[in-house]
Amino acid sequence: MTSKSKWLSTPYLLWSAIFIIVPLGMVFYYGLTDKTGAFTLNNIIAITSAGHAKALRLSLLLSFASTIICFVLAYPLAMILANLKVKRHNFIILIFILPMWMNFLLRTLAWQTLLEKTGVINHVLSFFHLPALKIINTPAAIILGMVYNFLPFMILPLYNALAKIDTNVINAAHDLGANNFYTFIRIILPLSVPGIISGITMVFIPALTTFVISSLLGGGKLLLIGDVIEQEFTRTSDWNLGSGLSMVLMIFILINMILSSVFDKEGEGSML
Amino acid sequence: MGKHRMYNAKYTVITLALLSASVLCGCGSTDKGVNGQVIVYNWGEYIDPEAIRMFEEESGIKVIYDEFETNESMYPKVESGAVAYDIACPSDYMISRMIQNGMLSEIDYSKIPNAKKNIGAQYFDQSRGFDPDNKYAIPYCWGTVGILYNKTMVDEPITRWEQLWDEKYADNILMQDSVRDAFMVAEKLNGYSMNTLDLNELTVAKNSLIKQKPLIQAYVVDQVRDKMIGGEAAVGVIYSGEAIYTQRENSDLVYVIPEEGTNVWIDSWVILKNAPNKENAEKFIDFMCREDIALMNFEYITYSTPNDAARALIEDDDIRNSEIAFPDLSLYDNLETYVYLGEEGDSLYNELWKEVKAY
Amino acid sequence: MKSVMKKIYIALIILFLYAPIGTLIVLSFNESRTRAKWGGFTFQWYVSLFQNEEILRALLNTLLIAFLSSLAATVVGTVACIAMMSMKRRTKSILMGITNIPMLNADIVTGISLMLLYISLGIRFGIGTILLSHITFNIPYVILSVMPRVKQLNLSTYEAALDLGASHLNAFFKVVLPDLMPGILSGFLMAFTMSLDDFIITHFTKGVGVDTLSTKIYTEIKKGIKPEMYALSALIFITVLTLLILINLSPADKNKGSV
Repeated sequence: MTSKSKWLSTPYLLWSAIFIIVPLGMVFYYGLTDKTGAFTLNNIIAITSAGHAKALRLSLLLSFASTIICFVLAYPLAMILANLKVKRHNFIILIFILPMWMNFLLRTLAWQTLLEKTGVINHVLSFFHLPALKIINTPAAIILGMVYNFLPFMILPLYNALAKIDTNVINAAHDLGANNFYTFIRIILPLSVPGIISGITMVFIPALTTFVISSLLGGGKLLLIGDVIEQEFTRTSDWNLGSGLSMVLMIFILINMILSSVFDKEGEGSML
Repeated sequence: MGKHRMYNAKYTVITLALLSASVLCGCGSTDKGVNGQVIVYNWGEYIDPEAIRMFEEESGIKVIYDEFETNESMYPKVESGAVAYDIACPSDYMISRMIQNGMLSEIDYSKIPNAKKNIGAQYFDQSRGFDPDNKYAIPYCWGTVGILYNKTMVDEPITRWEQLWDEKYADNILMQDSVRDAFMVAEKLNGYSMNTLDLNELTVAKNSLIKQKPLIQAYVVDQVRDKMIGGEAAVGVIYSGEAIYTQRENSDLVYVIPEEGTNVWIDSWVILKNAPNKENAEKFIDFMCREDIALMNFEYITYSTPNDAARALIEDDDIRNSEIAFPDLSLYDNLETYVYLGEEGDSLYNELWKEVKAY
Repeated sequence: MKSVMKKIYIALIILFLYAPIGTLIVLSFNESRTRAKWGGFTFQWYVSLFQNEEILRALLNTLLIAFLSSLAATVVGTVACIAMMSMKRRTKSILMGITNIPMLNADIVTGISLMLLYISLGIRFGIGTILLSHITFNIPYVILSVMPRVKQLNLSTYEAALDLGASHLNAFFKVVLPDLMPGILSGFLMAFTMSLDDFIITHFTKGVGVDTLSTKIYTEIKKGIKPEMYALSALIFITVLTLLILINLSPADKNKGSV
């Protein structure tokens, strides 16, 4: 299998060389030069300026929070779905993907319509004489937007991993006297680690770099690092600074890479 | 179980394949007109599609039409030469940047007779701020930046930028989420030019914006329109082109040009230096300057037209004589047009704006 | 009791995911052109939608690009996952890191750098360049969906199939692929979804006059989203939902499903 596999990886290696590495090289080139093309580290050091550092901290905080919320919401859901007796698993997956087929901008605007002071939810609340919901233009609304947009990315890998667990293993654990909690901690959770890693990556990384959500739901009052980078490219045309800041974000890929290789060992080890 | 899943997957794939096949048949080739083609790059929703169709019919020139959403996303695309556009329609300061970088071709007014004939001289004068000899740009749409307020939500008429700093309106103010427009407001508030590069003045303006921040409900760009119509906020900074539309939807809304002065912006047609179809481009611009066509476009997009001949054709007196759509520029002495500040000036503004946003 | 709780939980999550979609559908019947005001009930946007050639062409482009790019990405991505299975852990982590780059990079960076790449390669901008770009950012989604399945793969069945005389290819299609299928399918769907939604990368890599729904929607922001777009979203939603229900309820499927 090994010799064949080497050959199998060729298309993707080629593809990533041309379409990922070369463009990445361009980002590095812009990030490490100034407008005249001379070498500089200023674009990277720029992350330490008060505004940028604050934006990065805020992004990390909000994306961390939304990743946790996504995980907490998605794990029980994925378990319920994986244990469903129905033979309509694909249908169930699609139910959770389908909302994303509506345009991202339209969906986020729809949340604005729902959450606004004079929005749909507040109309409903006031009809029942309940206090108004005041989360539009706050960090809470941004987290809601992130959770909303990225939740399916958490559900699917978790579901995939959990659905794959052999029910015989779980039954065996029960037979050997393990209670539900113990079975979950020792069997189900370890076996779903690959799914957890995929899910966290697929939520945390996009949440870290997102930009439209904060301006539509956060009222533009909170600057996220994604917004900064976006603005450097689309509004202010400072590609050098934008690229430099993107390079800083790549540190988080590295962290992710290291973490997943550490946890992977455990994940695979527990398979044996 | 596995088979079941395969089966469903296949089904989905086949359905999608059929959909795609229908697409392949659907998209025809971009065939050229009898008299060639012209490639136009304009703002989204910034022209009556019927006007394009009429031009194609009358001239036999096929129009290939492309849209952008910000000046800044238009610029790299034109600069890169990924597509050889003939015509673009950027705003004032972006035009001066393109002129400085030698990206535009000089207009031959003899080929575009309708331009000087129909477009008011005052608009050409106003254009000199970014195109000193009127060599490159032909005005297409223009307007001012002002305050839109909901008269049921304020105690007194709003007439000044100053009132956007009034604590009465805390959490009821919508500011523009763009560097130049936000700073323009603060600069005019303090009596400075909106193109200032004086560091002291800019610091004062920045501090004004920081002081204002706790009162702001949201920094928005295009949602001002919808939020104001919905009664979400009492006052908002908005482009005059939206005023007619928003008032039609919510009659409580009033648009004013603040006493401290404001920005006059002009979006203009330009022909690009490497335009492959220059003659057709001239014909297209000339057609768009024709009074009946300019009128069609005005009615479709509701942004003020600089085309005096077209304005004379507007049937509704209220709109033709509207102080909002067609303010008499000669009555104001504190209106300005943005100019390109150069790369350093731009990054200075951006740096300060980021400090405001991150504060 | 427990199963009731489970159902309520699923229902709540579905409500959360579908509330904005419901809002869009309601807005598609709004006579007023603005989302901020209810102007009365109307079908007119559905009528004008079908007279709007530009939107329909954008729809067809969108579907074509989404389908072809996610298909290609699924093939390349799945093959890559299988290939990575036998790689050294370190090589694999590096490759996975590279895979994450298009997801992490701001879209605009990917978009502009791809644009520069195509210019330097002298590729003509058009549907082809959009396709290449979409395949590129779709592959990571496929890999991230398929990878967990690959890791959980039980190779002994594969080896057993080989021992029983199956060829590598045969054993792969009969034994490995069915195991990977849920991951592949969700990867494909994810890729399809991402492609449907992408705006920025498409903006920078599209040829002139080629529009997708997202590029049309984003350019509409300046003048307000046209209600026809809400109508189209509602139609897409209803169509896909109906299609899904039909496929899943067809009797042939039930027979097959019991295998």
